[in-house]
Amino acid sequence: MRATRRIALLAAIGATLGACAGDDAPSAGQGTRVEGGTLGAIRARGQVMCGITQGAGFATPDDSGHWRGFDVDFCRALAVALFDDPSKIRFVPYTQQQRFSGLQSGEVDLLANGTSITSSRALLRNFHFGPVYLYDGQGFLVHRSSRVKGASALDGATVCVQQGTTTELNLSDFARRNSLSLKPVVIEDLRGAVSALASGRCDAITQDGAGLATTRTMLRDPENYVILPDRISKEPIAPVVRFGDDQWLEIVNWVFRAPVAAEELGIDSRNVQSYTTSADPSIRRFLGAEQGVTDGFGLDPRWTARVVARIGNYGEIYERNLGAKTPLKFERGMNRLWTQGGLMYSPPFR
Amino acid sequence: MTASRRTVGQSLLGVLMLALVWWFAHNVHAGLSRQGITLGFGFLRQPANFDIGETSGLRFTPEDTVSRAIAVGLLNTARVALVGSLLALALGFIVGTLRLVDNTLLSGLMRWGVELMRNTPLLLLLFLLIAILHAMPPPTHAVELLPGVFLSDRGLALPFPDRPRLAGFNFVGGTTLSPEFAALVGALVLHHGAHISEVVRGAILAVSRGQRDAALALGMSRWQVSRLVVIPQALRAMVPLLATNCVSLIKNSSLAVAIGFPDVVSVLNTTANQTGHGVETMVIMLAVYLVLSLGVASMLNVYNAHILRRGA
Repeated sequence: MRATRRIALLAAIGATLGACAGDDAPSAGQGTRVEGGTLGAIRARGQVMCGITQGAGFATPDDSGHWRGFDVDFCRALAVALFDDPSKIRFVPYTQQQRFSGLQSGEVDLLANGTSITSSRALLRNFHFGPVYLYDGQGFLVHRSSRVKGASALDGATVCVQQGTTTELNLSDFARRNSLSLKPVVIEDLRGAVSALASGRCDAITQDGAGLATTRTMLRDPENYVILPDRISKEPIAPVVRFGDDQWLEIVNWVFRAPVAAEELGIDSRNVQSYTTSADPSIRRFLGAEQGVTDGFGLDPRWTARVVARIGNYGEIYERNLGAKTPLKFERGMNRLWTQGGLMYSPPFR
Repeated sequence: MTASRRTVGQSLLGVLMLALVWWFAHNVHAGLSRQGITLGFGFLRQPANFDIGETSGLRFTPEDTVSRAIAVGLLNTARVALVGSLLALALGFIVGTLRLVDNTLLSGLMRWGVELMRNTPLLLLLFLLIAILHAMPPPTHAVELLPGVFLSDRGLALPFPDRPRLAGFNFVGGTTLSPEFAALVGALVLHHGAHISEVVRGAILAVSRGQRDAALALGMSRWQVSRLVVIPQALRAMVPLLATNCVSLIKNSSLAVAIGFPDVVSVLNTTANQTGHGVETMVIMLAVYLVLSLGVASMLNVYNAHILRRGA
């Protein structure tokens, strides 16, 4: 008697659990829908959520707690395009290890934090990348007194690496390719790695080139450290969005391209007003004077002009945050316009 | 009657627990697949593609598999845990007994040391030690402590199997104890040694005064009183607490990531970032610490049962 009752109970529990499983099954298809809700969610909450990683020149709060930097400016361009207000944005600082789960969980709408495009991130981990807004490559920073002139002279060296990036992989690839013996010391926090370099525990520190420029500003005697000319990897830095929202991806794509296009057309934040009456058809189209060019997805057609007026063109953003007049003094190199020997090239606004 | 009712109750609870676990697992799975994350341990057989600075004598190259990399990390953790536990126990016993001697200066000194270590964060101590070790001279100006033993900011180079010699940036040959290993073990030993010394002191004080007096009255020497009367009784009180301390030492060894010692957490973090299997590496991490902690705890429990039996 008691035994049958127990069996009945088990059956009942089993049936309930089975029913739960049935309820959840259709939700698996949600990730593949074509039009995502990111834009709707941003409009509803009235601000863009942008994931960044703190670092001099790229994203740092100033004395009044206002975020500034290269990555920050590109995120603000989104707020200007959507709300005509660069303050309609919230920055969420992530470590290199937290960034992807922050994006996946929906805490932020995009990452603009120095993430490089790689096939595995796109194909296996279901992230989409916007346009490359910084071409970079991994390099080495060494003390001047080591008299090392190139990366191939680093055989036997101890190299400090910050954990949680592709840097470790690139370093071991480079060592294998060139039959060098490099001893990595992997430290979780960048400051830990920098102080290990400063104290002489490591002969070199390896990071993306822009990261090295930032790191050098953290040292007590930056003038005694040199960035070696070698680049041992390709790091195309691009904004990252979640898989499955093509509309949001396209908005990110074109907002990130607008500053480049502006520089190509010779438009900057100071002269943009004088261009609004320009007779040049490509400039007229770019600045939203013609219908059907910049006004998709409910955007104001004049968003490009606003982005240039409030944020600036690519060259202005670069010089303001990373250029020769900043502590980073990071050579523009590959990031010059294609017309000036660089790689920066915007598809046409038309 | 009551026995079978208890069985029904127990199995009901069991089924409920299983259902709860199943429900959580199902939710996790559904949530992850919605975000396009698939679970699986196939990545363990892929080549690691990253190098590890210290391998505890195990051969490792970036071509080796991820599972071998994790094994290297595990071995590094085990090395720290073993050396750290033994030294912490030794330090704890010495300091704990020294605090009870009739020398005010000595016991006072010990007391200050113990309080300082017990009441400051372990991470702070770790950073202090690594900063001190990093301030050692560079390899080109290494201090030769003994013939063939060199101290520099790259660690302690020891002359076996062969004599270390300076080549380019660093010493080659010999065996090197890295500053990260030394700082980690040092911090763990100081911190947990201080805790253990309190356990030892407390356990010795807990042995009643009368036992000691009686033993002295029987004509035993001080050493005999300690060895035959006090310590056997004190051990029974302290072993469970020593086990707790050893387990927390193992868990605290994961602070290694802060200073760059490649322990199992560090290797698993790198693995998670390189392969994108964050959930699985987290599960492995949990399993590793669970097995290590339960293993140490059960070993000391067996020892505890043994001394309790002997004492009875």
